[in-house]
Amino acid sequence: MANQGMDRGRRRFLVAATSVVGGAGVVALAAPFVASLQPSARAQAAGAPVEVNVAQIEPGQRISVGWRGRPVWVVRRTPEMLDLLSEIRGRLRDPDSEMEGQQPHYAQNEHRSIKPEFLVLIGLCTHLGCSPAFRPDIGAAELGADWPGGWLCGCHGSRFDMAGRVYRNMPAALNLEVPPHRYLSDNVILVGEHTEGGAA
Amino acid sequence: MAGNTADKIQGGVLGWVDARFPLSQLWNEHLARYYAPKNFNFWYYFGSLALLVLVIQIVTGIFLTMFFKPDAELAFASVEYIMRDVEWGWLIRYMHSTGASFFFVVVYLHMFRALLYGSYKKPRELIWIFGVLIYIVLMAEAFAGYLLPWGQMSYWGAQVIVNLFATIPYIGPELVTWIRGDFLLSDATLTRFFALHVIALPLVLLLLIVAHIIALHEVGSNNPDGVEIKAHKDENGIPRDGIPFHPYYTVKDLVGVGVFLIAFFAVVFFAPEMGGLFLKPANMIPADPLVTPDLIPPVWYFTSFYSILRAVPDPFMGVVAMGAAVTILFFVPWIDRNPVKSVRYRSFAHKLNLAVFVVTFVSLGYLGLQQVTTLYGELTLRFGVMYFLFFWLLWFHSKERSVLFSIISFLVLVGIYSLYDYTRFDPANSQLLLTAWLLPTVYLFLTMLVPVFKRDLGRDRPVPERVTA
Repeated sequence: MANQGMDRGRRRFLVAATSVVGGAGVVALAAPFVASLQPSARAQAAGAPVEVNVAQIEPGQRISVGWRGRPVWVVRRTPEMLDLLSEIRGRLRDPDSEMEGQQPHYAQNEHRSIKPEFLVLIGLCTHLGCSPAFRPDIGAAELGADWPGGWLCGCHGSRFDMAGRVYRNMPAALNLEVPPHRYLSDNVILVGEHTEGGAA
Repeated sequence: MAGNTADKIQGGVLGWVDARFPLSQLWNEHLARYYAPKNFNFWYYFGSLALLVLVIQIVTGIFLTMFFKPDAELAFASVEYIMRDVEWGWLIRYMHSTGASFFFVVVYLHMFRALLYGSYKKPRELIWIFGVLIYIVLMAEAFAGYLLPWGQMSYWGAQVIVNLFATIPYIGPELVTWIRGDFLLSDATLTRFFALHVIALPLVLLLLIVAHIIALHEVGSNNPDGVEIKAHKDENGIPRDGIPFHPYYTVKDLVGVGVFLIAFFAVVFFAPEMGGLFLKPANMIPADPLVTPDLIPPVWYFTSFYSILRAVPDPFMGVVAMGAAVTILFFVPWIDRNPVKSVRYRSFAHKLNLAVFVVTFVSLGYLGLQQVTTLYGELTLRFGVMYFLFFWLLWFHSKERSVLFSIISFLVLVGIYSLYDYTRFDPANSQLLLTAWLLPTVYLFLTMLVPVFKRDLGRDRPVPERVTA
């Protein structure tokens, strides 16, 4: 009964048209759900810059501060540490910091900082995000006699030098990231801004 | 329907229900008249035990949800509250945490059973595929659950695993931000992992388990002899080598349940942390985004694949290798084309291959728990190669290979990794490198070349018509 005088072409068209419209509706409905998982407005707002007073840091000492929930290190390097930076160039993957995005342009130099003495880094390994251990001890037993000091990631064994530059053949392929920062005065660094009012 | 007229005639409550819902039919099709081969052995306990653990996890999970607070500020303290202040809370939580590890113990044994007896082969390919999907969802479920106590190991373990996605070219960093819901692992991540862990993934898991069992009961169970019992039916259409699942196997499985529960509660009561394997000491410290623990291995059931990740020097290729190590399981039914199902009638070469695979998988699991040293790094790489060689050999042993093909493919395979060894040759570690080189080489020699010279070792045996026990 139902099939008598049926217009097959018309039925096929209606089925296809309904499916397409329904499919488009499902996709459109999925969009807000997928988008809801992105960082909320509150998470995006929570990125205020942090002031760090570096006057109290001893030569060779490293301090940690939190910025956007991530560890930021400030190291006051000794002249010996700075001298070693050029000696180990051959063992590094990107000694001249040519990889874009791992440092602001003003830190793209041998010592990867504005002032050679003070190094500012985001303390997360560029491999899978562990926080590497600070190992300034030159020639540390398990790191080899030629260890010039730097960082060792406990998770997967990546090594970085005293400017946060990664060694060759490590799980990590990128140098540690230098966050945007500027000097408010001789002794105060503001982490999170390139220039006055210019948030990162 | 389905000709269950005998059941339809019944009166009473059952008859009333049966006229409205196929209760007796379901009971019969899946239990009382589901004919399973009569020769099931020890290895056939683990399917029903997996269901038991699932029930334990769901029941204990429901009760934990009543006390747990999915909030980065409160989560850690709420778990401590469950452990110290909630009546019997320690028991419920330890059952849940121990249950997670036992789930994987049971599932790994269940999967190995399928490898032993060729249970993934035609017509059971879909059962195997549903099973691999269950395994993957189970890993996601365990991973999401591990973040919830918000301890140091939860936090940094999740940090590492979530960052795996950042290695995907182009979209990686944005994808990771989307997964976390923040620019770092935070409260937003915790709440969504909670939603996934308590509702989304368990629902998927249940659906997949139903599909797994429906597919199984459609084609019937395999058995240790790997013969099809449906090929020999009596005049009533019942397989001659089949016995009704209920009561025969329900009673057999109850014995398994008893033994399992003794082992399970021995761990819950006396070693819930299992020396750091099931619960890590570092997870008794609240999460601190600024300090990473010295060593953050994943929980033991992930470490075999984690080792493969670590063995590859390039981050993205490492993730690809790890993904491939899991994904390749889907293709096992089409890799192993040998018509003989059960290991009982397979060649010596195949038996050796299976045995080496067990050693490989366990070794990778052990190495994944350790700090990387030169020795362990080298071993991880070799066992990682052997993991994939297992699947090659599974295909290679699908039929008897010619002398020429065996020798050429042996030389090509050995050549490939020897070439890689040549490029990374370091005189300081030459002895280690050369000794370790023997691992895959001896493995391939025994499984590919020896059968060429001694044909018996590579030959399968005739499969009997009917089951043997």
